[in-house]
Amino acid sequence: MALSRQDVAHIAHLARLKVSDDEIDEYVAKLSSIIELVAQLQAADTQGVTPMAHPLDMAQRLRPDQVTESDQRESFQQNAPDVVDGLYRVPRVIE
Amino acid sequence: MERQTLSEQARALQAGQVSSRELTQASLERIRELDPGLNTFINVCEAEALADADAADAARGRGEAGPLTGVPFAHKDIFCTRGVATTCGSRMLENFVPPYDATVVARLKDAGLVCVGKTNMDEFAMGSSNETSYFGAVKNPWDPARTPGGSSGGSAAAVAAGLVAAATGTDTGGSIRQPAALTGITGIKPTYGRVSRYGMIAFASSLDQAGVLAQTAEDAAQVLQLMAGFDPHDSTSAQAEVPDYAATLNADLKGKRIGVPREFFDAGLDAESEQAVRAALAVFEDLGAHVDEVSLPHVGLSVPTYYIVAPAEASSNLSRFDGVRFGYRHEGAESLEDLYKLTRQEGFGAEVKRRIMTGTYVLSAGYYDAYYLKAQQTRELIAEDFQAAFKDFDLLVGPTTPTPAFRLGEKTDDPVQMYLNDIYTIGVNLAGLPGISVPCGFAQGLPVGLQLMGPAFGEPQVLNFAHQYQQHTDWHRQAPGAS
Repeated sequence: MALSRQDVAHIAHLARLKVSDDEIDEYVAKLSSIIELVAQLQAADTQGVTPMAHPLDMAQRLRPDQVTESDQRESFQQNAPDVVDGLYRVPRVIE
Repeated sequence: MERQTLSEQARALQAGQVSSRELTQASLERIRELDPGLNTFINVCEAEALADADAADAARGRGEAGPLTGVPFAHKDIFCTRGVATTCGSRMLENFVPPYDATVVARLKDAGLVCVGKTNMDEFAMGSSNETSYFGAVKNPWDPARTPGGSSGGSAAAVAAGLVAAATGTDTGGSIRQPAALTGITGIKPTYGRVSRYGMIAFASSLDQAGVLAQTAEDAAQVLQLMAGFDPHDSTSAQAEVPDYAATLNADLKGKRIGVPREFFDAGLDAESEQAVRAALAVFEDLGAHVDEVSLPHVGLSVPTYYIVAPAEASSNLSRFDGVRFGYRHEGAESLEDLYKLTRQEGFGAEVKRRIMTGTYVLSAGYYDAYYLKAQQTRELIAEDFQAAFKDFDLLVGPTTPTPAFRLGEKTDDPVQMYLNDIYTIGVNLAGLPGISVPCGFAQGLPVGLQLMGPAFGEPQVLNFAHQYQQHTDWHRQAPGAS
């Protein structure tokens, strides 16, 4: 199944990716061929098959509700592009 | 210089014939000499490696050495290393310096191994040829015009060329076994949950598993022994005990049952590669194993299933890269939404963006049932095929890849052709099972990989069969550029 330019623009927005006008046709072609590949599954008979939740049928482990992590904000924020007073700075959201 | 195995290096250290500093310096020299042509490393950590080597020599002097203390090796650049840049092959993380060690990194460090550097890889482990790396393609030491495979291509090429005797890798759809096959070395992908994923940058969390690339199964077993085991930091870490892998390497294969999946010998399999695989099956028969054909009727659905599940998980995992807390940021964005969109447009490469888009699409409203839910059903059918086969067989054996190493640039314009290269490796990832690739001959002068697949937590069998094969063949001793 082929995707349209509008489909690609919509997916890109959902994925928060900017796609320029000169990139869009390539995305249409390549994503359409990928979707065509994965659409082969439509022919498989999966009537009554329980979707896999875990490859080894393991249950999620629980742990006691205790504090185990210490405050490492300063060391983590050394990787941040823009920090002020221990806060992450982004473009203004609220006028 | 002759290529040494990890075990040979460990024995020389134990016998006091060589120091860790000498081995580490030799490794660093070989990297300086050969890496400019191969591009296997993103980051060489000379100062840290020499300091670790001296610490290893000192520990040995105090009688505190473990079996692999002081042996140089390399980490795929997907494992977080505290204080050492970890890029995941991406512009997005070009300047990222992790504040913590991955569990795999911490365990091998505690065992005294010396990390000489971080190896090149496909960006975020998304690729089968190492050509999606932001830091350039890795060259195959057997023929620099060809790919070493991917995504652990840097680790594979570094081991094949003898820069290090072993390296870590990760395998989501074949990313350890396929490059091991294409470079003529041994690579094991353990059972899902066997090795901790903590600090291993996530691609597809239900499939990702760390493993080892080395020259021999015996070497891979030694490193895996140190990496494997329960980790409370990983919510899907298996609580099963880790057996002593070395103890069963020499178990007798007499009477063992090998299943050969008919579907792995399809029209896409290169004829010369098939001959090499069939010859390997004859070796197992000579060792007393019974070889029979088996069918995995749904395994043909592996590639389309994988290319729904993996991109879906990737689109979610990679949403964390937004230019706010770490990683690349587009400067000068006027709104928060533009900051996200421009950061991600510029920070990610083409293949990563295609997978994010594919994953976003298959999870989007109105398409979830048709794609993602359907894929989790076919994934269940594929896993059940393997479970049924392991009722009758101890091990499944087939080719690792349809062809030997292809040329760089040959498949970069056609993502679907690239994806089909993983047609034989993806099945065990979807089923969560262990697999190993060992060299079993040559086709067109290039190495061919034999894939051994085991039941869940069947690492002992997989390593046992691989080791016995290597005791009776010498394909794993063939090194590139021997001339």
